[in-house]
Amino acid sequence: MMLQQVSSPHLRAARPTEEIMLRVLLALVPGIIAMAHFFGPGVFTNMLVACVSAVLCESLCLSMRDRPVLRSLRDYSAVVTAVLLALALPPYSPWWLIAIGTIAAIGLAKHVFGGLGNNPFNPAMVGYVVLLVSFPVHMTQWTAPSSLATTPGIWDSVLAAMGSQAYDAVTMATPLDLMRQNDGLMVSALWQQYPQFGRFSGAGWEWINLAFLAGGLWLLQQKIFNWHAPVGMLAALGLMSALFYDGGSSASGGSPLFHWLSGATMLGAFFIITDPVSGATSNLGRLIFGALVGLLVYCIRVWGSYPDAVAFAVLLMNFAAPFIDYYTQPKPYGRQARDSEK
Amino acid sequence: MNASYSFHGGIHPEEHKNESNTSAIQVVPLPSYLIFPVSQHIGASAKPAVSVGQRVLKGELIAHADGPLSAAVHASSSGYIVAIEPQIVAHPSGLSDTCIVIETDGHDESVSATPHPNWQTYETTKLLGLIRDQGIAGLGGAGFPSAYKLNIDAIDTLIINGVECEPYITADDRLMRERGVLLEQGITILQHITGAQQVLIGIEDNKPEATEAVRSACENRDWRVISIPTKYPSGGEKQLIELLTGKQVPRDGIPADLGIVCQNVATAAAIAQAVLHGQPLISRITTLTGDCITRKGNYEVRLGTPVEHLLQHGGYSREQSQKVIMGGPLMGFTLPDLSVPIVKTTNCILAPSKTELASDTQSQPCIRCGHCADVCPASLLPQQLYWYAKSQNHEQLNAHNLADCIECGACAYVCPSALPLVQFYRAAKAEIKEKSIEQRQADIAKTRFEARQARLERDAAEREATRAARKAEAKAKAEQDARFAGEEDPVQAAIERAKAKKARLQQSGEAGSVSGKIEELKAKLERAKFGLEQAQVSGKEEKVLTALSASVQRLERLLASEQAKQAQTQEGTE
Repeated sequence: MMLQQVSSPHLRAARPTEEIMLRVLLALVPGIIAMAHFFGPGVFTNMLVACVSAVLCESLCLSMRDRPVLRSLRDYSAVVTAVLLALALPPYSPWWLIAIGTIAAIGLAKHVFGGLGNNPFNPAMVGYVVLLVSFPVHMTQWTAPSSLATTPGIWDSVLAAMGSQAYDAVTMATPLDLMRQNDGLMVSALWQQYPQFGRFSGAGWEWINLAFLAGGLWLLQQKIFNWHAPVGMLAALGLMSALFYDGGSSASGGSPLFHWLSGATMLGAFFIITDPVSGATSNLGRLIFGALVGLLVYCIRVWGSYPDAVAFAVLLMNFAAPFIDYYTQPKPYGRQARDSEK
Repeated sequence: MNASYSFHGGIHPEEHKNESNTSAIQVVPLPSYLIFPVSQHIGASAKPAVSVGQRVLKGELIAHADGPLSAAVHASSSGYIVAIEPQIVAHPSGLSDTCIVIETDGHDESVSATPHPNWQTYETTKLLGLIRDQGIAGLGGAGFPSAYKLNIDAIDTLIINGVECEPYITADDRLMRERGVLLEQGITILQHITGAQQVLIGIEDNKPEATEAVRSACENRDWRVISIPTKYPSGGEKQLIELLTGKQVPRDGIPADLGIVCQNVATAAAIAQAVLHGQPLISRITTLTGDCITRKGNYEVRLGTPVEHLLQHGGYSREQSQKVIMGGPLMGFTLPDLSVPIVKTTNCILAPSKTELASDTQSQPCIRCGHCADVCPASLLPQQLYWYAKSQNHEQLNAHNLADCIECGACAYVCPSALPLVQFYRAAKAEIKEKSIEQRQADIAKTRFEARQARLERDAAEREATRAARKAEAKAKAEQDARFAGEEDPVQAAIERAKAKKARLQQSGEAGSVSGKIEELKAKLERAKFGLEQAQVSGKEEKVLTALSASVQRLERLLASEQAKQAQTQEGTE
């Protein structure tokens, strides 16, 4: 009888890729619930359409590339991308919009570059940006949170997903839009004038961000990723908004708390920029990567012309990731000693 | 006391130590054959000192150390030498090496040992010689000849490694629990030899009994027994040094550069045996464990015992597509055959069941999650190394310090994509080594070719010059003849001319041959130097190295004398 010949190590910790992906999905649950609470069932129809089209697109790409379809699908990476994209889109988006987004994310951003692990850009953000640039009207129609208007029901959301405009929903500018377009009102006056603002940030948005923050902290505790990138991003964003807060004048860009709890800040900090494939590699690199994303997010939000900035900031920094990696390689054992002697 | 420093990375795999560390060390019955590879250590192979048919006794020298970086081999029981031939040895390559095979006679008759109770009066060199001749090599796993490692001045810290961080292995644990006195004696000798001011004994905190046993054995000493947190690979020499002293061994250096020398607990005990009792290294403690073993535990095994014999004694039930690992589950290697013998470095034989250490996980693409970088004890970026190893980008591999990888396997252990990372790094290291040898060979061939080309050109030019000179002479002579026709005795003139020609030919011939010789010598010297370098790289025997370096020196001398000669003749002609 033959003895089996294998290379060491013979012991492996059993935490495969699919488990990491499943935990990421699980960590999204609080945020999803919060979003559904404020924006209604359209959040779920978004996710459903995104998941179905992502899995179909992934299967097609895998079979075209002669890769094992079922085994690769089981790593759940396509589902994670789909859910992240769905959460970034306005609820009650038509199915074709979501499908185009997922095809851009899975087909263009992921498989064209060689599939899982080889994509230089964050797939969900590529999908989002393709949609934002191509369909700016659809992409900025956010329904009002449930505290300000009644949200559409399940039937309405199905109709919306099928592309019908015959559903009844109130859309209004998001707090980030209002803050950016504001010229003339003090921040406090802005708060009084528009019902979209909540306690610290946008009505509903502050709770959604807190829910994503909770999920992110759980992932951190589970050691799915390290603290460097999220802390870098939130710190830079906080620092920038503190620097340009301007005492709440009409030229103010908003307080740190406003920016931390607005738009996709927490979703971006814990679920987007922590994507290891397209981000920087070393811990120091991730800190820098995160900080530069935070910086860009503030700049684009306050001085740019887009409703939210996370997607553009992440994609721009994806370009810079190899460059950051080059300069942030950790010193290996035995180098520290010699360098300090010099 | 506890360790006050730490090192980067590390992992916490399931320990699986309790399976084998609860019972006392047992003895294994005598096998009918003992097999002794001549190379059980790092460095030059030992040289067989016996012949087939000869009867040897237990403890008798059967192969002596060949040079300083080598260790002797002794018979571990009495019997007859039946073969000195290549056999499969315990090595990941599965290749054969020269082995001395003894058919035991069952008498287990020993040579009379010479104890050295007054070792303290000995000079260091004598003690080192004793350690070398008794065949002591590092028992922790690497098998570095101990005498060589200890032959270093300016040591102020002696570190005793009782960490045993690999899962499953408990050989050092039991040794520390049961042989504390011997260990204390061994450390005393080691401290005497190295002249170390302080002695640090590092033991992982998952071995409280062993720590307690060592503490009580070393009660009257000013040594520090340091309990370090359980983490793999704390037992790696570099990691342990950082844990205990906070210093890092410089990249191209050795611990002695920091005034530190490290020895394993089992090596210390073996040194005590060798010096105090005059007993050579003929047995060691090996852990026998894994789900396929019914009597798991630690065994005092004679070196040379076939693994098969030990397994049978431990109640081994064989499974389909079984793997048997020599060493631990993280750095050990699977055995090619069960007839291979237990050697000086065999700290564990692990026979896992199929479900215990499954190796059939299919790997998935790398998602650069970076868990590997978090656990790398060398602070490398394994995920980057993986990409570069896959694309054979040697330049980037060097830039990312592949050479600093200690192949501990922590990266592959945590990899969610189940990538065989260490295998990639080993292959890449081998490729780089091969390429650098090839490169050097090509460089030498190029210089040789260029030298030859230059020589040929010079020869041609010389010939051309002689021909031109001859032509000119003939012309001059013809003119002279025409001018002084009848004025001179033609016979005398012819003789003069012949003489002149002879002298000229001789001179130019000599000069030509001298420069030719120099070229030839230069080429030979180049070849000899390359041969020497290659021998050093591939770790040839000390003797070969000495012979090669002697021939290099001889060629250098010859070349110098030829060059002097040429200089003289040139002076003469000028």
